[in-house]
Amino acid sequence: MSTLLEVSGVSVSFDGFKAINNLSFQIADSELRAVIGPNGAGKTTFMDIVTGKTRPDEGRVIWGERSVSLLRMNEAQIAREGIGRKFQKPTVFEDQTVRENFLMALKKDRGVLSVLLFRPSKADHEQVDALAEEVGLLAELDRLAGELSHGQKQWLEIGMLLAQEPRLLLVDEPAAGMTPEEREHTSELLVQAAKTRAVVVVEHDMEFVRRLGCKVTVLHEGAVLAEGSLDHVTSNSDVIDVYLGR
Amino acid sequence: MRTSFIAKYPSVLVFLLALASFTIIVTILSEGFGIGVISTSFIKTLGKTLCLCLIAVAMDLVWGFAGILSLGHFAFFGLGGYMIGMWLMYERTRLIVTEALMQGQIPPTGSEVIDSIGSQIFGVVGSNEFPLIWTFADSLGLQLLLVVLVPGILALVFGWLAFRSRVTGVYLSILTQAMTLALALYLFQNDSGLRGNNGLSGLQNLPGVEAPQSIVSMWFFLASAMALGLGYSLAAWIVSGKFGSVLRGIRDNETRVRFLGYSVEGFKLAIFTLTACIAAIAGALYYPQAGIINPAEIVPIASIYLAVWVAIGGRGRLYGAVIGAGFVSLISTWFTGGKAPDIPLGFYTIKWVDWWLVLLGLSFVGVTLFAPKGIGGLFDLMKKRRARHEHTS
Ligand SMILES: Nc1ncnc2c1ncn2[C@@H]1O[C@H](COP(=O)(O)OP(=O)(O)OP(=O)(O)O)[C@@H](O)[C@H]1O
Ligand SMILES: [Mg+2]
Repeated sequence: MSTLLEVSGVSVSFDGFKAINNLSFQIADSELRAVIGPNGAGKTTFMDIVTGKTRPDEGRVIWGERSVSLLRMNEAQIAREGIGRKFQKPTVFEDQTVRENFLMALKKDRGVLSVLLFRPSKADHEQVDALAEEVGLLAELDRLAGELSHGQKQWLEIGMLLAQEPRLLLVDEPAAGMTPEEREHTSELLVQAAKTRAVVVVEHDMEFVRRLGCKVTVLHEGAVLAEGSLDHVTSNSDVIDVYLGR
Repeated sequence: MRTSFIAKYPSVLVFLLALASFTIIVTILSEGFGIGVISTSFIKTLGKTLCLCLIAVAMDLVWGFAGILSLGHFAFFGLGGYMIGMWLMYERTRLIVTEALMQGQIPPTGSEVIDSIGSQIFGVVGSNEFPLIWTFADSLGLQLLLVVLVPGILALVFGWLAFRSRVTGVYLSILTQAMTLALALYLFQNDSGLRGNNGLSGLQNLPGVEAPQSIVSMWFFLASAMALGLGYSLAAWIVSGKFGSVLRGIRDNETRVRFLGYSVEGFKLAIFTLTACIAAIAGALYYPQAGIINPAEIVPIASIYLAVWVAIGGRGRLYGAVIGAGFVSLISTWFTGGKAPDIPLGFYTIKWVDWWLVLLGLSFVGVTLFAPKGIGGLFDLMKKRRARHEHTS
């Protein structure tokens, strides 16, 4: 497996506070990875850097076979390179139907003119149906996204990510605020998604992380504290210190 | 479920039918083409109102759908008026001047004619030479092209600078307002080349046309109705598809749209420029009916009124913009035209000419507080009530 994303020696500070401190991180093609860490560890900031929302003070972010630097691209360009992102707070377009949300996310030419002239074909509608089925929203396609339950919004957002057909999926706390059954469905979705692409999941819930059954990276104070299987990292004394407090 | 755009936006058909019926009834009642119940000056008022409805549709596209509160669209409207006004004024003056010079013994030379037109037009600002911007004023075709090009290019350059630096929200509104103010102040100057605060006048007279105003006013009324119908359909088509989805997405959460891979700046620029062109066409139809255009038309308050109309009519629903602009501007003509009866209170007399603005301001505050969806929101309520009715019965 070749490296898909390589983050090396990245630091960023906000008003003198180092949120990310010489962080290095790698993920391979079609790998599933969980990132855990206490509040304020820098997990969201890490995603901000990869997706172009925050510019790091130093370090490199290298992407794909051609080893291009993501630091020279804007958010939209990075998204078109194939990096999809789900935010910590579910953000779907509440004023539009579930179908419209999906159609907007479908992997198509994003240029102004082609969007203006775009009219969904039969195949596009079938693809939307299939995606909706996968995330369990088939019956809700013509409802407004704003009317969905919290869990359904999270799924819609995951479904929209899948519709983008990204090569790397960054998912920030997908199971927050979900019922146990919803969590189970969500973890299945992510495991399924990781079969064909790389997926990075940030999550606090250990039970959820266990169900993902993948390599775990522990972040603390903006740097990697430990990396390995869940059992390996949870038996690490540094990690225990950080989580239980000294 | 695949739906055509008419099926998705049935309001387009309803709107076009309503507009067509209105136009036919007015034509039948008009002085020029019908039985003469409606006076020519009121035909002009109605025609102008249709143009205001068209710019309101443009405003709704850019504000109601894309969330860009532009306080500059009246500047584009005014520029459109200036561009057509230049030809109207030049050509009419040329005809008059040539005829006058023909009375003389020797036929006039070309440069004599030009000089004479120049001093006729620019005498009021103490000049008799044609400024550079009047280069194409003798060609109707080119001036018509400029109606779209000048405001379009201004919007493109301004929008590119503003959107590229990610100016949004209130700051963008202020910036558009500053642009409008700067343009108005520039035009107020006598050496701006557009006759300073005199503006361009006599625009109601079509050069070389013998027909009386009662007929000409009907031409413009019908053209305005046609432009509104076309503009409305175009706007509805634009917002019915994915482009509309992206615009509404930008309005509600710009960042999220960016992470979907859309270049938000490009979309904003496209809709800003397109609506500027629509506004300019509306202006080019409006001012020949008004007869005069001067820089006072462009001052920022005009664009603020535009926003108020759209807000009162209901944002993000196209027909709301038409209702708002039509309704408010007609009432405003009534109040400010001195036709509304003053209310004597003994110690004070309410004169509507002065108090109308207060009333408008209060209704705006009222709508914002109690009916954020505007008059158009009432249709939602009705639809909901009917749906509930069908549900229970
Ligand atoms: N734009 C910003 N300006 C200032 N400080 C910031 C900014 N973004 C993040 N921070 C700070 O950086 C630190 C890391 O924040 P981050 O959101 O990445 O943490 P996190 O690991 O995602 O935490 P959580 O589990 O609570 O989501 C926090 O202390 C936060 O306050
Ligand atoms: Mg976070």
